[in-house]
Amino acid sequence: MNGLDLRSGRFRTEREADWRRLEALLKRAERGRAGRLSDSELLQLPQLYRAALSSLSVARATALDASLIAYLESLATRAYFFVYGTRTRLLQKVTGFFRHDWPMAVRGLWRETLVSAVIFVAATLIGYALVIHDPDWYGSIMPGAMEQGRDPTASTAALKAILYDTHHHEGLSSFATFLFTHNAQVSILAFALGFAFCIPTALLVAENGLGLGALFALYASRGLGFQVGGWLFIHGATELLATIIAGAAGFRIGWAVIFPGDRPRLDAASAAGRTAGAAMAGVVVMLVFAGILEGVGRQTVTADWARWSIAWVSLVLWLAYFYLPRGKTA
Amino acid sequence: MTVSHPQASPASKSLVRALVTPEGVDLRLTLASAGERAAALLLDLVIIVVALIVLTILAVAAAATMKAKSQEVVQMIWLLGAFVLRSGYFLLFELTSRAATPGKRALGLRVVARDGGRLTAEAVFTRNALREIEVFLPPIFLMASSVAGDPIDGLIVLMAVIWSGAFMLFPLFNRDRLRMGDIVAGTWVVKSPRFALAPDLAGAANRSVFTPAFTFTPEQVNAYGVKELEILEDVLRRRDPRTLKAVASRIQGKIGWAPAPGETDVAFLTAYYGALRGRLEHRLLFGHRRRDKFDKA
Repeated sequence: MNGLDLRSGRFRTEREADWRRLEALLKRAERGRAGRLSDSELLQLPQLYRAALSSLSVARATALDASLIAYLESLATRAYFFVYGTRTRLLQKVTGFFRHDWPMAVRGLWRETLVSAVIFVAATLIGYALVIHDPDWYGSIMPGAMEQGRDPTASTAALKAILYDTHHHEGLSSFATFLFTHNAQVSILAFALGFAFCIPTALLVAENGLGLGALFALYASRGLGFQVGGWLFIHGATELLATIIAGAAGFRIGWAVIFPGDRPRLDAASAAGRTAGAAMAGVVVMLVFAGILEGVGRQTVTADWARWSIAWVSLVLWLAYFYLPRGKTA
Repeated sequence: MTVSHPQASPASKSLVRALVTPEGVDLRLTLASAGERAAALLLDLVIIVVALIVLTILAVAAAATMKAKSQEVVQMIWLLGAFVLRSGYFLLFELTSRAATPGKRALGLRVVARDGGRLTAEAVFTRNALREIEVFLPPIFLMASSVAGDPIDGLIVLMAVIWSGAFMLFPLFNRDRLRMGDIVAGTWVVKSPRFALAPDLAGAANRSVFTPAFTFTPEQVNAYGVKELEILEDVLRRRDPRTLKAVASRIQGKIGWAPAPGETDVAFLTAYYGALRGRLEHRLLFGHRRRDKFDKA
C-alpha cells in the first residue's frame, strides 16, 4: 500500500493554497483596520471563508488527520467572526449613537427612570425634612469628606462664602477632570450594582438624594435657598439626571434578572443589558458636561440668576434630546 | 500571538458549544476555562498597573520641569489616563476586530456574542461596566477591612467582602463559565486558537518512508481505531525519542512485526500511521467510523 495516495492527502493538496490565502488575508485584516485590504481582497474574503467551511465539512466527514481538522476549525472560526463580526466604521458607530441609539435607549428606560427619579426626589425631601427639623441629622447624612466646612456650626457668612468661592481659579480644568472621573466611576458602580437585585443601586440613588436634601436644608435655614440652588443645579441638572438614568439602567438589569417574564432568564438579562448599556455610555458623556459645568462653569459664573438659567437650559435641552418625538432613522 | 499545535486530546467535551453558521456548519466552539479566564485577567491587570506606574512616573517627571500653570495640563492628562486605563482598557480592546484584550490574546481567547451574532458595542460596554463590581469592588472592600477600627465595622466589611467575593467567583458556579458581565451583555468567552497547518504525515515530506519494505497485512492494519490513530499522530508530531521507542515496540508486539535491520522507530511508525489512516479513511468513506481498537464492527 502506498501511503502517499490517500484521498485526504489529495484533498489537502488541492485546497491548501486557498486556506493559506485566507489565513494571510485574515492576519492582515486583524492586525490593522479592515481598510488595509483592497476592495477585491474584501470581496474574496467571504468566498474563501465559505470555501474553508466546506473544506471543514469534507475533512470532518472523510479525513482522519486530527491536526488538519483542528487547523480548519480554527481558520473557519476566525473567518466567521471577521465576516459576520462588527465592521461598522467607528465614525458611523459614534454618529449612530448620538443620533439614535442613546436617546432611544433612555426613552426605552422611561419606567425605570420614573422609579429612580421618585426614589431620588423622596430621598431629597426626607433629607430636607430631617435636617430642617433637627440640624444634628446633618452630620449623620453627610459624614466626613463631602462637608468641607459646610456644616450647621458654620456661620451664615462662611456658608455664603463657599457658594461664591472663586479662588480655585488656578486648577479649574483639572478639577473638572477629577469631578468627571470620580462621578463616572460612581455611576458605573451604581449601574453595575443593579445586577444585585436593584437594592444597592436604589441605596446609592437615595444616598445622593439625602445628601442633596440635607445640604439644601442647611442653606435654606439661613435664608440662602435660592443661592444654593444656583450653586448646586448649574451642574446638578446634568449630573443628577445622569445619576437618575444610571440608576434606571441598573434597575432595568436587576429587574430582568429577578423577573425575566416569559423569556429565559439569560435572554431577558442580555436584552436588558443592551438597552441599559447604551444608556450608560450616554451617562458617561453627560458626566463630562457636568464635570465641566461644575469645575469651570460654577467657579467662573457667580451670579445666581445666570447659574439658574444655565441649570434650566441644560435640563430642558437634555429632556428635549431624550424625549422629543423624532423621525425614525434606519 | 503564539501559534500552537493542536493537542491530540481536546479539552473536556463539557466546554464545547455548538455554533452553527448561516451556511449550516457547526464550528464547535470551546469555552475558555475558568483558569484561562483568570490568567488572562491577571495579565491584563498587570499591564494596567504597569502602565499606570509608567504614566505616573512620566507625569511626575514632566511636572517637575514645568511651571505651575502648565502642571495643570499634566494633572488632567494623568487623571484622564488613569480613568481610561481602568474603565477604557477592556472596552477599547474588545471593540477591535480581535474582540480580545492583550491578556485574552496571549491565552488565545476572544469575546463572542452568545447567539453567534454580531458583538455590539453596547454589549462590550455592559460586560465591562459590570467588571466594576466583579474585579474592583472586592479589593476595595478588602482594603477597607484592613482599616476598619471597631469589631462592628469589621464585621460589616467582612460581609461586604464575602458578598462581593461571590460576584468574583460567579463563573465557577455555572456551566458556561459566565461572569455576571457576560450574562447581562449576552456574551461568552471562547477559545480562538491559531493553529499552524502542520505538514501531512502521510504526505510528500515522508515519501521516502512509504516503500514496499513496509507492507502491512489487512490483519495488521485492522489492529487499531481512530482514537489510537490520533494518539499515534500526536506521538509522531512530538518526536520524543523515548515515547517513539515505547510506542513502536508496543505496536510491533501487537501486530507481530519484526523490525528489519537498520529500521528506525520513526520510519516504522510513520509507515504504519499511513497504512492505518488509509484503512480507516477507506472505511469512513463507506460510512463506518471505527472509534478505537475495541470497536469490532
